[in-house]
Amino acid sequence: MANNVTALLETLRETKVWKSIFRRGPANSNRTRSIAVFGNLFLHWMPVKVREKALHVRASYYLGSISFFLFLVLTVTGILLMFYYHPAAPNAYRDMKDLQFVVSNGVFLRNLHRLAAHLMVFMVFAHMFHVFYRGGYKPPHQFNWVVGVVLLLVTLFLSYTGYLLPWDQLAFWAVTVGTNIISAMPVIGDKVKFLLLGGHIVGENALLRFYVLHVVILPLVAFVLIGIHFWRVQKDGGLTVKDRDSHGR
Amino acid sequence: MSDTKEATFPPAGPSASNDVRRRDFLNQVTVGALGIAGLGTVAVTYQYFSPNVLFEPATQFRAGTPDLYPIHSVTFLQDQQVYIVRMPEGFYAVSAVCTHLGCVTQWKEEAQMIACPCHGSKFKSDGVKIEGPAPRPLPHFGISLTPDGELLVDKLQSVKNTQALRV
Repeated sequence: MANNVTALLETLRETKVWKSIFRRGPANSNRTRSIAVFGNLFLHWMPVKVREKALHVRASYYLGSISFFLFLVLTVTGILLMFYYHPAAPNAYRDMKDLQFVVSNGVFLRNLHRLAAHLMVFMVFAHMFHVFYRGGYKPPHQFNWVVGVVLLLVTLFLSYTGYLLPWDQLAFWAVTVGTNIISAMPVIGDKVKFLLLGGHIVGENALLRFYVLHVVILPLVAFVLIGIHFWRVQKDGGLTVKDRDSHGR
Repeated sequence: MSDTKEATFPPAGPSASNDVRRRDFLNQVTVGALGIAGLGTVAVTYQYFSPNVLFEPATQFRAGTPDLYPIHSVTFLQDQQVYIVRMPEGFYAVSAVCTHLGCVTQWKEEAQMIACPCHGSKFKSDGVKIEGPAPRPLPHFGISLTPDGELLVDKLQSVKNTQALRV
């Protein structure tokens, strides 16, 4: 059986289609394995070699990965929620209620999106605290720390813009209060509030603007910044792993 | 071979040392044009994002005839977010929007005060602040009588809190 599978794989590797996709032989030596990583769009920012020490990591080292995983969960559940949601009044509130009570598994998706969003904010903060107290912001990681700070802000803006979308009392007053805080900015405050809301009050324009920010602009910014963030981790010399002390901690 | 011309690049002009080279000139023109186009894009995008027509409640509205409001009464107009306050000295139009962070306040008849549900600011019926976090008293709007005897409130017009409309 195992031989059959191996033989099948071998035949597959000899086909024209396979060779057109993977323009190299089997990854059976260090050199060919490196080439396999370099030549793959999804792997090329990963290291071709990892120090053994870097694999002996504590649970806290996964905070960044967990944040990224939650971003993926939010992307998938968010896209699914978009199939039932109209960013207009009064549909928005009804669609949200429909998702809770009418749509099959809608309440599961909505809660998953909501909880993952709360958890992502928590995890991004935890990740930042961890990097901060471990000194991970020090050279040569300064630039990536700044990218991380911007990613934190994008995460918070994503949360804030998503907050308005259920179009309930909580959403309305939270955004009323939030945009009034924005208008306290000197000189440009009122203008920024006007542009963000598309008017003087939280109305349909505001709902649509927050929706576009929430589902297109901010996720795109986050996506690009996450790419830079991961790429820089490798370019700056991999994960910062500290030597263990005498207690093995 | 004596008539062979020396090929020079860039061609030496009359004042070769001060001349702008063709490449530099084209670079400057290109960067300048792109810069102007970029600024223009920012300007028209900014205009695009500022709506010209808003479907928001009118800032000027009629509030009915004065006899609808008994003396010593505070009436909340939900759609306009304004209190029509009638005191012995006359009418006031007091904003119902909290000066702290923009929540809509409520008139509490039993406590004879205006209270904000968001962060607990309290005001007297004439908008004077009793306690914070609101930084300012509730503003008064211009109130007048139309020729046919109705109250007219103008939310764009701000008046002193001592200015009452005598009827």
